[in-house]
Amino acid sequence: MPIQGEYQGMMLTIEDLDQENRAFFRFCADRDFRLQRGKKSGLLRYPPTTACPWTTDRESEWVPVEGKGTVHSYVEVHHPIQPTFRDKVPYMIILADLDTQKGVPSEHEALRVAGNLMTSDGKFAPPEMIKRIGIGSRVRMVFVDVTGEFALPHWTIDEGAEQPEGPWRYPQE
Amino acid sequence: MSPTSMSEHDATSPKFLRGKYAICGVGETTYRRGSEESTRSLATWAITNAMEDSGLVPADIDGMLSYSGNDSIFAPWVAGDLGIRLNFYMDVHGGGSSTEALIGIAIGVIEAGMCKTVAIYRAMNGYSAVRIGGTGTRSAAPIVGDQIHHRAYGWQSAGQMFAPTFLRHMYEYGTTPEQVAAVKVAHSKHASNNPKAYYKKRYTVDDVVHSRIICKPLHLLDCCVETDNATCIIVTSLERARDCKHPPAVIQSVVGRCCKPRIDMHYQHGPISTVAGHYAKEILWPNAGVGPNDIDITGSYDAFTFTTMLQLEDYGFCKKGEGGDYVSSGTIELGGKRPNNTSGGHLCEGYTHGMNMVIENTRQLRDDVDDSCPIGPDGKRQHTHDHSEGGCRQVKDAELAANLGWAMPGTGSAMVMAKDLR
Repeated sequence: MPIQGEYQGMMLTIEDLDQENRAFFRFCADRDFRLQRGKKSGLLRYPPTTACPWTTDRESEWVPVEGKGTVHSYVEVHHPIQPTFRDKVPYMIILADLDTQKGVPSEHEALRVAGNLMTSDGKFAPPEMIKRIGIGSRVRMVFVDVTGEFALPHWTIDEGAEQPEGPWRYPQE
Repeated sequence: MSPTSMSEHDATSPKFLRGKYAICGVGETTYRRGSEESTRSLATWAITNAMEDSGLVPADIDGMLSYSGNDSIFAPWVAGDLGIRLNFYMDVHGGGSSTEALIGIAIGVIEAGMCKTVAIYRAMNGYSAVRIGGTGTRSAAPIVGDQIHHRAYGWQSAGQMFAPTFLRHMYEYGTTPEQVAAVKVAHSKHASNNPKAYYKKRYTVDDVVHSRIICKPLHLLDCCVETDNATCIIVTSLERARDCKHPPAVIQSVVGRCCKPRIDMHYQHGPISTVAGHYAKEILWPNAGVGPNDIDITGSYDAFTFTTMLQLEDYGFCKKGEGGDYVSSGTIELGGKRPNNTSGGHLCEGYTHGMNMVIENTRQLRDDVDDSCPIGPDGKRQHTHDHSEGGCRQVKDAELAANLGWAMPGTGSAMVMAKDLR
């Protein structure tokens, strides 16, 4: 059976044969963020794929990874494209460098995990929270359930972390 | 400057087929919103215009290539409508970056003896059917598997998908909204001299940066237009092209869908402010035997103002990080050192997934752009080179053109064309 659920008015489906995404999102449902680690390289990868891009190794294991990172870049949407996001603008998509494996195996590589900027209890961030976030901000992962066996990872401000004095934001507010 | 001048990476192997193939015909429909006709009808219109332009008849065309994204008509139907018997055809999936890539494929299949002359088309109702901006059918499509990692986050349209690259460039290099807005200013100036452009109004930097934000850093006027249209290019050997109606645009080099590492999820591999041109230029310039400084006109894909800037930078028209200065210096405007998208491009003329910029540069190299200059007794336009509003857009002595196609930050195609200087 496909895993299927409605999220924010969108029907999300993971097909039977899509073993990689099934595993990834199931771990998220358990609040257990895991990524595949190539057996030969020992390197993690994101999003789920079928082989290790550094060794071609098709064998991997799912290992727990800390959901903490730094905003590498972002999108701040003011004009919605998908109908379901009409009542959510402005909203933010965060591309965060995980602390784990940052700059490995080469300087400009990182596990850059996408998610919306959410409040700590998993609601879309209000405009005043969006204005606090920019490149360099410290974020931590939160999860929002789609079904009992499927959740999406998102980001929220890591209030316990030391934040940069002025994270870089687009100059026009 | 000549098409044979050497760059530091010159490669002279005949395998590159430099100067052996040419564009011998170009054609398009009008650029409209609300075509009220099918993509099949638009395609036959553009192809007949290109045949008329080349002087070829259906029996001369025996190859056909098209590209689309579940929004167009396949070659066998179009060929059948026009009475063209094909020895080769292929319909490929894709949008921007396809034009130059398919020109390369056309050269390859002709060289392989599979056919002689290939018509390449893109037919789309990008406004009234499958909207290029991503609203309508595209945003209503089911979200399955790998798409969950972006579409479920409201990260779907081209502007949304490219924004992290654009913002990161501003962060790393201090690029400003005003610098990038100069791309729209230049292209709108060019469009004002193009009777077929959808938007002919000239815009200022202020207009752009004060238009409403779509998704940061993109204002409405940083984004291209959605239109309904078809375009066509005919590729054949240089010998055959020389028998056609107009002087050939000679193909010196092509790069097709060249990619950054990890194209599946290209933001994993940085710097994300670097685009595929960084890799494509290592093929483009050596195979053409010229470098960016030799180029007279460019056609750098302007889905957004930023895409033009990023590509000009990564193909080496300026130093890395100086794209903002380059596009705001007047260089890319008509009358400047190296005008870009002299038809107005995707920002103003119409959206064709790259083909109208190749059509424009073909006409520029013929010294025969379709502006409002008077037609002389010999039937040729008498270009004044007065680029004031409503005037001429022909670039004087244009001999070498570079087209830089864009699919996404991680994928690009490119081509160098030369005037036939025999």
